[in-house]
Order: sequence, then C-alpha cells, then structure tokens
Amino acid sequence: MSPAKTQEAARLRAKANLRKGLRITLSYALMLVILGFAIFPFLWTLAISITDKQASGISIYDFPRSLFPPAITLGNFFEVIDKLNLGKYFLNSVFITALTVVGTLVVSALAAYPLARLQFPGKALIFGAIVATLVLPTEIAFIVNVITLRDLGLLGSYAGVVLPIIATAFGIFLMRQAYLAIPGTLMEAARIDGATELQILWRVMIPLSMPSLTALGIFTLVGTWNAFFWPSVALLTNDDLLPMSVAILKLKGQFNNDVFNVAAGAMIMMIPVLVVFFLAQRFFMRGLEGAVKG
Amino acid sequence: MKRQALTTTLIAYAFLAPALVLLGLFTFYPVLYGSYLGFTDYTVADLASGEGPRWVGLKNLQFVLGDSLFQTGILNSLKYLLVVPLLQIASLAVAVLVNQKLPLMAFFRVGYYIPVVTSISLAAVMWEWIFQKEGFLNWSLQLLNLINSEGRFNWLLNEHTALWAIMLVTFWRGFGYYMVLYLAGLQSIPAELEEAATLDGASAWQRFWLIIVPLMRPTLLLCSLLSTIAAIRVLEEIIVFTGGSGGPLNSTYTALLYVYNKSWGNMLNANFGVAGAAGLLIALVGFALSYLNFRLTREERSER
Repeated sequence: MSPAKTQEAARLRAKANLRKGLRITLSYALMLVILGFAIFPFLWTLAISITDKQASGISIYDFPRSLFPPAITLGNFFEVIDKLNLGKYFLNSVFITALTVVGTLVVSALAAYPLARLQFPGKALIFGAIVATLVLPTEIAFIVNVITLRDLGLLGSYAGVVLPIIATAFGIFLMRQAYLAIPGTLMEAARIDGATELQILWRVMIPLSMPSLTALGIFTLVGTWNAFFWPSVALLTNDDLLPMSVAILKLKGQFNNDVFNVAAGAMIMMIPVLVVFFLAQRFFMRGLEGAVKG
Repeated sequence: MKRQALTTTLIAYAFLAPALVLLGLFTFYPVLYGSYLGFTDYTVADLASGEGPRWVGLKNLQFVLGDSLFQTGILNSLKYLLVVPLLQIASLAVAVLVNQKLPLMAFFRVGYYIPVVTSISLAAVMWEWIFQKEGFLNWSLQLLNLINSEGRFNWLLNEHTALWAIMLVTFWRGFGYYMVLYLAGLQSIPAELEEAATLDGASAWQRFWLIIVPLMRPTLLLCSLLSTIAAIRVLEEIIVFTGGSGGPLNSTYTALLYVYNKSWGNMLNANFGVAGAAGLLIALVGFALSYLNFRLTREERSER
C-alpha cells in the first residue's frame, strides 16, 4: 500500500473514532440530564429535610444554596416524629402493608392451584370471571364498597382497608403461571405417595414457585405502602388508622409553614421503599405487565 | 372414580373460595350495584336513615350529561390523554438510550425507575415545591433566560398551566415503567439491523424513527393502550395536587373527580345516583377508547 493510502485510511479511522467518541459523550450527557429529572425532587427534599432551620435567613428557595444546606441536622426528623405523631402513621402503614401482602399471597396461592392443575366443573366460567375483572369499570367500585364496609361494620378498620384489595386477577394469574411451569410428574409422584392436594400445594407447588411468590409479595408491598386513594376513602371516618401516604398530605396542609418537617416526613416514608427497591431491583427491571401507570 | 371427581371439585372450590368471595363482594357486586344506583335516587341521607334507592330511570344520566362541570371533567380527561403519545415515545427513546452496550447502563435504568416506586402523595409534596413561584422550575427557566423574575408564577395556581404541570408529574412517574417494558421489546431487534443502517450513514434520529419505532409497534400499541386506560381514569393526581377541588377555575377537574366529589369526596352531600350515572358514562368512554386501541392492535397483529 502506498503511504498516501495508509495515511488516508488512518485519517478515516480517526474520524470514525472521533464520531464514536462524540456519540458516547452525547449519550452520557443526555442520560445524566434525564437522571437529574428523575431524582432531582428526592435530592432537593433530602437537602431540605436535613437543613438546620435554626440558622438565620434559611429559605428552601434560595438556589443553588438551598441544595447544599450550610448547617446539617437530624432535628427535623425527631421533630416530625415527636410533634406530628408520625410514628403512629408509620406503624399504620406497616400493619396495612403487612396484612395486604400476607392476604394477597395466601388468596392468590390458593386460588391459582385449582385453576392451574385441577379439573372440575365450572372452571372455565370462573376463569372467565377473573379475566372479566380486568375490563370491568372498577373505578366506580369504591362508591359501593364504602357502603358495604359500613354494613359489615368494617368501615374505618384495618380489615376494611385490606379485605377489598387482596384478591386480584394479577396475583392469581401470576401464581397460576408459576404452577403451570412445574412438571406434572412431580405432582403424580406425590399423589402416588398418598399426598393430599393441600400437601401437594404446600410441599411441591409453593416451594417451587418461590420466585413468583417473592415477586408478587414485593409488588404488593410497594404498591400498598404507596397507595393513596383507597386507604383515604376506606378510612374516611377514622383518621387514627391512616397510613403515611395519606397522613403526609394532611400534615402538609396543617403545618404548611414548616417545610423542613414535611420533607423529613417524606424521607421517612420514602426510605423503606427505596431499600426494598434497591434490594429487589431485578424483580422490577424485568418488566412484569401488572401495575398500570398513566 | 366418581367419588374422586367429587372430592377434587370440593377441594378446588375450597381453594378458590376466599378469592371468589372477595372478588364477588368487592369487585363484581359494587360494579353491578353501582351501575344500578346510576338509575336511582339515593343520597347519603337515605343511607343514614336506612331508606333504599328509588328508581328514577334516566333522570341522573340526563342531569349528568347536562352538568357543565361533568362536561369540563370529560374534556379535561380527554386533554389528559395528550400525555400518552409523549410518554410512550419518550420512554422508547430512553429505552434505546440505556440499551447501548456501555458502562453504567444498569445504574441509569435503576435511577430512572425510582419515580415509579414513589407514592403519588410524596410526588405531590415534592413537585409542589418545584412548581412554586420561587420554586425550582421558575429558577431554571430564569437561568435559561426564558422568563424574567416578573414573569414567574405558581404553575399549579394558573389555570392555563395547572393541568400540564400535573401531566408532567404523570410523565415523571411513568417513563421508567414503560422504559422497562420497551427494553424487553428491544432485545428482539437484531443488532445487525442497526449496525447496517449506521454503516449506510443513517443518523440516530433516522434510525429511531425508521427502524426502531416501526419494529416496536406491537409493544408501542400495547403500552399506549395501558397508558390510555390509566390516563382517562386520572383521579389520584388531581386529589393530591388540588385537594380534590380540581382548581384553579376547574382547569384540572377531571371526569372521575366528578364521581369522587359526588360521592365520598364530599360525604355530607353524597348523591350515589348521580355518581353512579357519571361513573357509567366514563366507563363507556373508557370502553370506546379501549376498543379503538384494541382494533388498532389487532390490525397490527394480522399484518404481521
């Protein structure tokens, strides 16, 4: 090859490398901007929550200074727990979430078994009915559900919040899918050994469906912890049992002046979800088409 | 053998019983009874005094259709649908961006998903500070010289911007979720296709619109359907940002907020007949939109 040609090739390669480098730099710049959009609200709220408000002339709107608080304190956290009784609402959230997760797992794991593995009359009808709940206009169900809870004497109780939300088509179908993936020979072997259906479910199906059960539990946990609308309606008559997701807005309305306390409350509510999310991120990043977002 | 079949049936129904009872009582019954209430006169006073609903036929439907507040609600809910195409195209673009084989991609994906696991009430707390007159949004716009300090206003208290501000929060909470769904779809696009296009000199913009979007159409349509159904039912966002008022000047008053405010959102004046009728009408709009979307997806499937 002539020297001129080699030079030309090197020049072209350098140009291609430059373009590639430019593309990668641009990609990262764009991704950083989007990351800022995604997490800026949390960073600012975190900054507000640890700002020492005793220091003079502190305003949360004094950018960019307010993003880097000059004096740091945990006082806002103690204050919001102490004065605004946040501990009570935190425990309410814990109870409601725990009951909902356990309830959802039990109801789904039980109902999915016959739908996946047993033959019985009415199976197609029941299957169809559960599918139908996906297209029913369930957004109006809350009107009547409050009346039903009132008639049952459950309005304003944990049971009243939890019972209407633990049976879901999503949970039942997720578990049914898991059971269907288990080889039938395992069930046959258990039957020949004289195992009852309950034993098969408990000893064979459930241990082998742990990934799906875990996923369902985690989705339910995060969804229930964050839920706002239904608990706010079901606990219309009993402020004492409100979960944090509802209480935080009430607190904000009552103590609108103290943004520092509200920010601390927001962080207290967010941190458990973040911990669960980081520990279980692979379940979320797999993209189960369960929850629906606007 | 026959006895065995009977036993199996009994066991099956025993296992199904909790789910069937709960779904029947809290999903089927309220939808049916709520629909029935739409044709009756039934208020919270009747409920308190133990009086039953009285059949009035189409009176409630007539009232709701003629109520300008409900019309505003339907209009605003339809306006809210504008978030769907923006959200879907942006989510797909973000998915393409983090689908590159570069370091730190998992880090960015996880970061983008954080808003998805954020409660709407927390989102309201945080974004309200951003939308304030002295808030971060106006400060950023000032920094970019897009407005001056006299031009600042509270985005949630201006009737021209409030709905858009709330839509931005829906977008914020949604794009990470759809990004994950699109990432799954992107795995099925062969890498050679993009490489070939790049070699032929196609720009990133061209590759996105001419290769990725057409190939991702099935996923795009599915996600659009999910997104449309969620958008037409928008309610929580409005309650947390406006306290249920739908203000300013009803500019964020959505259709489902009407149902809420005619029932438990305004407990002392609850009129379950009117709320039920409005709910039925919204369900009809929802069905129509779902059907439209379903038809589009089906045509797409038969083409492939």
